[in-house]
Amino acid sequence: MEFDLNEDQKVFRDTTRKLLKKECPAERVRRLMETDTAQDAQLWHLMAEQGWLGLTLPEDFGGLGQGLVELAVIAEEMGRVCLPGGFLSAIFAGALVAEAGNSRQKAAYLEKMASGDLKGTVALLEAEADWNPSAVRLAVERNGEDFVVSGKKLFVPDAQTADVIFCVVRDGESLALLPVAKDAAGVKVTAMPALDATRKLYQVEFENVAIPQAEALGADGNPERALRRAIEVATVTLCAEMVGGMQWVLETAVEYAKTRHQFGKPIGSFQAVQHQCADMLLLTESSRSATLFAAWALTVDDPKAAAAVSIAKAYCSDAFREVCHRGVQVHGGIGFTWEYDLQLYVKRSKASEILFGDATFHREQVAQLVLGER
Amino acid sequence: MDLNLTPAEQQFRDEFRSWLAANLPAPEERPKGTRTELGNVTFLKNWQKTLYAGGWAGISWPKEYGGRGATLVEQAIFQEELAHANAPELIGTIGLSLVGPTIIAMGTEAQKQRYLAPILSGEEIWCQGFSEPNAGSDLASLATKAVRDGDDFVISGQKTWTSFAQMADWCLLLVRTDQEAAKHKGITCLLVDMHLPGIQVRPLRMMSGDSAFNEVFFTEVRVPAAQVLGKVNQGWTTAITALMNERANLGSGLQVIFRRNLDALIERSKTVQRNGKPVCEDPLVRQKLAQAQIELEILGLNTMRALTSLAKTGIPGPEGSISKLFWSEMNQKTQQAAQEILGAYGQLSEFDNGIWAYGYLRSRGNTIEAGTSEIQRNIIAERVLGLPKSY
Ligand SMILES: Cc1cc2nc3c(=O)[nH]c(=O)nc-3n(C[C@H](O)[C@H](O)[C@H](O)COP(=O)(O)OP(=O)(O)OC[C@H]3O[C@@H](n4cnc5c(N)ncnc54)[C@H](O)[C@@H]3O)c2cc1C
Repeated sequence: MEFDLNEDQKVFRDTTRKLLKKECPAERVRRLMETDTAQDAQLWHLMAEQGWLGLTLPEDFGGLGQGLVELAVIAEEMGRVCLPGGFLSAIFAGALVAEAGNSRQKAAYLEKMASGDLKGTVALLEAEADWNPSAVRLAVERNGEDFVVSGKKLFVPDAQTADVIFCVVRDGESLALLPVAKDAAGVKVTAMPALDATRKLYQVEFENVAIPQAEALGADGNPERALRRAIEVATVTLCAEMVGGMQWVLETAVEYAKTRHQFGKPIGSFQAVQHQCADMLLLTESSRSATLFAAWALTVDDPKAAAAVSIAKAYCSDAFREVCHRGVQVHGGIGFTWEYDLQLYVKRSKASEILFGDATFHREQVAQLVLGER
Repeated sequence: MDLNLTPAEQQFRDEFRSWLAANLPAPEERPKGTRTELGNVTFLKNWQKTLYAGGWAGISWPKEYGGRGATLVEQAIFQEELAHANAPELIGTIGLSLVGPTIIAMGTEAQKQRYLAPILSGEEIWCQGFSEPNAGSDLASLATKAVRDGDDFVISGQKTWTSFAQMADWCLLLVRTDQEAAKHKGITCLLVDMHLPGIQVRPLRMMSGDSAFNEVFFTEVRVPAAQVLGKVNQGWTTAITALMNERANLGSGLQVIFRRNLDALIERSKTVQRNGKPVCEDPLVRQKLAQAQIELEILGLNTMRALTSLAKTGIPGPEGSISKLFWSEMNQKTQQAAQEILGAYGQLSEFDNGIWAYGYLRSRGNTIEAGTSEIQRNIIAERVLGLPKSY
């Protein structure tokens, strides 16, 4: 066993870090935050060019066929710079097509997704904001060859910039995964402004939107299982991003503790400050262990994968928030300002905590697994 | 010990209750919850004026300066009743909780006559010019200087994190008046008119997006020497009195806001649904609501006890740090609990007018402002528990 990135992965990490540091400095993050969509065409193009958008998609469909550890490696670097925009949505939508689509559908979507020409997102949550697929209530009707959907989805990330919104609906006992063109008649996207302006959320309303039944993903398989798997992939990606955020906050706080002086010495010489920093390291490294394990377990289809994902997200949800809080505390007043970049991470940590289920949600999943209920 | 109110206290409470019942602004007159700290200034100034006119401002301040001349316990009952009635919070917390008590303790008769009543009526808002870029926790190393020139002091330097400076009429300012003396011995406290030439206020944005604090620049600002509060070069004593009052009083005043917030959360938990039920039926949510209620109750009890002891000793002691630590960490925990209870909705800017997202972010400043938690713990360890000094 070797629980470390291999040489290739380390090189990949370092080049990704360098590139993102140059291409996505905090000024750019702030500029994008102020826009309606936080999406930047040039950054998107860069990600496509680097192969990041299709990193884990099958090679037959324009992807690079890499595993989730590689995805975690770049996601961590993205989290470190607080990269705005729809990468995570792209991963979620790509995984959903890869898991649920038939070969015709994969051919139709994946290549364009990998090249950045088609942006996707997944509309899952409803009024109760429950991440469990079985909680989906929005019912679809059958009309001849079509599925017809009317109703609304909430908290859909990046819906404004998406070309296709994969809408999860209830079809009796089963779920149906409907690709809906964002510009289709009857689709209305409204912003849901929230605390983290780097990843925009939307309400998506559907009014008598008809989708040919043959277009639904996974109709001939098990759409719910495919959806769960796609959620796991996206959740691990998010965890890795959160680890990157923690790493930035940790490094920034430690650096500050070394240079800021009060009472004639660096504040880092006070044990109260040292202990905050030590705790931040503990939280960050533990998050990293949990995330890398989950990424590996999902890649190799380890039986512990589902539990590993929930363990990672439960832990990271609390850890990222805690790391940010401690980071602010170590900085004192300056850490509480808009001008100082820590605030970007405080907000990102709160939004990430909620996205794909908070710690309470994932602890419940772990409980069900250890109790043999699932 | 007798926790029953004395007949006099009971009468005080009943009187205030009926006054509140008659004078509380109707719900439709009240601004909605706000995403900024300074959003309701006009409304709150008017509310303060109403309280003052009714004789309900400065409960424990001397009568001759516009106060009610009542006891500290009655002051606490007053705060509790405000919270209980979901009254608007008091504006001018700096004036009410730290400047006023410090002037009462250390001011000249002329200063008391001039400054106290307008604090109580809400006519004059104060700010606290203590912190500087290089003097935060180590406040005594402050560098803004004041040089004596005839009957004036001439002030030059910079303050930072000065809350409410943009709307303040006056500033309780700490300056260095003796460059040679040891750092605690060359400080003087001045009462400075914020409208004087040479003062420039530059708002700083907090992470919550609004600007409740500011940088304040002083360029050769002339202030008459009569504006010294306490004694020249003994400003550290004045500063400590102000800080002790701040720590002791702030939490008690904030209870009004905390109560309103928790009540709103409790109501919300009955409408937000999860698993087909209101979240208030979820045992985990109930635990969180109960914990928030428990801590808020204890904050009130701690405050009462501290005030009883203060009524005997007259000067707030280092125990005030207990109150400061308690309310700041309590509010952070409660705001986080609110986020967990509201789930995905808590982060939204338009859900309940954004008060949950705002409250969560704003609470992160609580363990920094009015002295960081680390400093409060140092004070408790060294000055209350008598542990050896570590720095
Ligand atoms: C919202 C807000 C409003 C404020 N309003 C005002 C105001 O109206 N007027 C005013 O004068 N100031 C105000 N302040 C400033 C506040 O008092 C200072 O921010 C605070 O005292 C900390 O100082 P600092 O920011 O310089 O941090 P630093 O003193 O640089 O502290 C940085 C970190 O080091 C730690 N540290 C420092 N020394 C020690 C030690 N000896 N032992 C252990 N840990 C230590 C601190 O706890 C903190 O974690 C406000 C601050 C905020 C956030």
